Amino acid sequence: MSGGPEGEWRRLDPRTLLVTAAVFCGIAVGAGVPVAAGLSGGRPLGQAVAWVLAGAALLVGGGTTADWVRCRRTRYRIGPDRVELHTGLLLLKRRTLSRDRIRSVDLTANPLQRLPGLVKVRIGTGESTGGGESTLALELVTRAEGERLRRELLTRPADAADPAHDGTLAALDPRWIRYAPVSFVAPALGGAAAGAVMQVSEWFGAQAEVIDWIGDRFASVSLPWTIVGLVLLATLAGAVGALGLWIELWWNFRLEREPGGTLRVRRGLFTARSVTLEERRLRGVERVEPLGVRLFGAARLDAVATGLTEDDDEKHTDLKALLPATPRAVADRVAAEVLREPEPPTSAPLAAHPRAARTRRLRWALAAVLLPAAVLAALGALLTPVLLYVAAGWAVVLAPPAALLARDAYRSLGHTVSGGYLVTRSGTVRRATVALQRSGIIGWTVKQSYFQRRAGILTVTATTAAGEGAYDVLDAGESQGLALADRAVPGLLAPFLERVETPEARSTER
Amino acid sequence: MAGEDAVRLRPPRNAVDRRAVGWWRAQCLLGTAAPVAVLAVLGALIGPARTWLLTAAAVLAVAGLACTAFFPAWWYRVHRWEVTDEAVYVRTGALWQEWRIAPMSRIQTVDTVRGPLEQLFGLATVTVTTASSKGALRAEGLDHELAAELAERLTALTRATPGDAT
Repeated sequence: MSGGPEGEWRRLDPRTLLVTAAVFCGIAVGAGVPVAAGLSGGRPLGQAVAWVLAGAALLVGGGTTADWVRCRRTRYRIGPDRVELHTGLLLLKRRTLSRDRIRSVDLTANPLQRLPGLVKVRIGTGESTGGGESTLALELVTRAEGERLRRELLTRPADAADPAHDGTLAALDPRWIRYAPVSFVAPALGGAAAGAVMQVSEWFGAQAEVIDWIGDRFASVSLPWTIVGLVLLATLAGAVGALGLWIELWWNFRLEREPGGTLRVRRGLFTARSVTLEERRLRGVERVEPLGVRLFGAARLDAVATGLTEDDDEKHTDLKALLPATPRAVADRVAAEVLREPEPPTSAPLAAHPRAARTRRLRWALAAVLLPAAVLAALGALLTPVLLYVAAGWAVVLAPPAALLARDAYRSLGHTVSGGYLVTRSGTVRRATVALQRSGIIGWTVKQSYFQRRAGILTVTATTAAGEGAYDVLDAGESQGLALADRAVPGLLAPFLERVETPEARSTER
Repeated sequence: MAGEDAVRLRPPRNAVDRRAVGWWRAQCLLGTAAPVAVLAVLGALIGPARTWLLTAAAVLAVAGLACTAFFPAWWYRVHRWEVTDEAVYVRTGALWQEWRIAPMSRIQTVDTVRGPLEQLFGLATVTVTTASSKGALRAEGLDHELAAELAERLTALTRATPGDAT
């Protein structure tokens, strides 16, 4: 770098204007075609097209000029201590980030931006407070400049390379796509597709015709089979959509550790994403097994890190994703490598919770099924006997799966202290195993409801600066949960604990 | 647990100020009085629905008074706090009880808050936050001078305890 000790001022890449112009052209075409169609009804086609072209030219020209001004007025520089960004025409904004607080440099590029080789750079301090104010965004610079910024801002001279752990930790295995259709995305997309068909047909006033058309297709079969057929169709559409989404999100996936202690996730087919996570921010990992994926023995991996939560950008939910759904053994291996552990803490054997936790779950499940059934039955007794049959059917059909889920929820419960980590697992529809660094625990919350008190169980929550902010050990035995907390962070809880003189305890002492 | 000694959390050393019971009662009364008054006024104004509205008001008033009589005394027995050189320890709740512990080295801010009712009773609430979005500790119903003193002591202690708080 030249130009004095503070570094030289740099500008955004001028080809940004090409991208902006292209975006506005797209908007102009999208809006212009229906407008031209509408106008040509009342006047000659040539005149309508001329009007629309004039409007489009104004839009594209104006938008591009505005962006040209923005580009001209935006400059940034990387000094030895800080990063500065000056921008704005009338309202001048001068933002400064201290370099030693920078925790992430993320690059994204959508297809339009990739064509001229440009990327959007987001420089973040990783602080959860202040929302967008803790991030600087550069729109757009060349890919080479983006990579240079990333390397320069995240490499710390003090960090030494660690050849044992550096390098690629995981790369895409195309076979992982088999887990895409069983995720929860598939039914959601199927439902969305069905909804979209109805919505679009309503815009064109053709909803009744669409319904009639569907009715004609199924004219020869009875109503229940029609419903089954439609559900199957929607599921199929959802599965296809989930496959497509998976390819867009995870194509070219690669998880690497770079010298200097940063993890980098690169992925995306059309929109290329590069997320960098400083290991100093990492407080653990979360292995997530949604029900569908879990039935096929697979799991996904998320990072538990500080400063990822309250991001203003729309993609904040997948900033923490480290690995798509993969076979559980792969997820565990990657978890161990991410944490630099010989053995993955997420696969450590877990201590089971008391039977009272199981009773509680069964009770909840039955209450969730039987309360609506009781309401229906009461209404049926008052109004019409049909509802009585509905209530009976409801209870008979839903009680067994509810009980199964409750049993599974109990079996999911578990906790342990494994090496430097507190490991806790819970959930049935979304089973999550969290391995949280014991040094990342910054407090304890112990909760006990009236019913838990009677059953002799309690919920121990480890609070942390990372991820969700708190991770629960649900329904552990009273003594078991407190002993766990005491073991995980020695000395913190001990002054507030007292021994209970129960007959059992006394008998084991003697 | 067989083999291990059974343990439990002991209550924190300090009770809250006796005046907190009055403060909680006042809160309960106000919380009851507002909807009851609205229902009663509506009942007086709207003839056809009078019986229903006044019945609802009466039920609400009875329930509110019962809570006022019952809960503050229970809360007074449960709500306790303690500050040692290493940690802050607070117990709250009644049906759902909660014990919260934050080590001195992880405390980020110490605030005292006094609402209008609290000022009337000469009380204050001390809130201690850590870097966790879910880890704040609140000690309600402390004598306001004690609360100010406590906040000062906590600030001094946290400054003296090394740690990066995250």
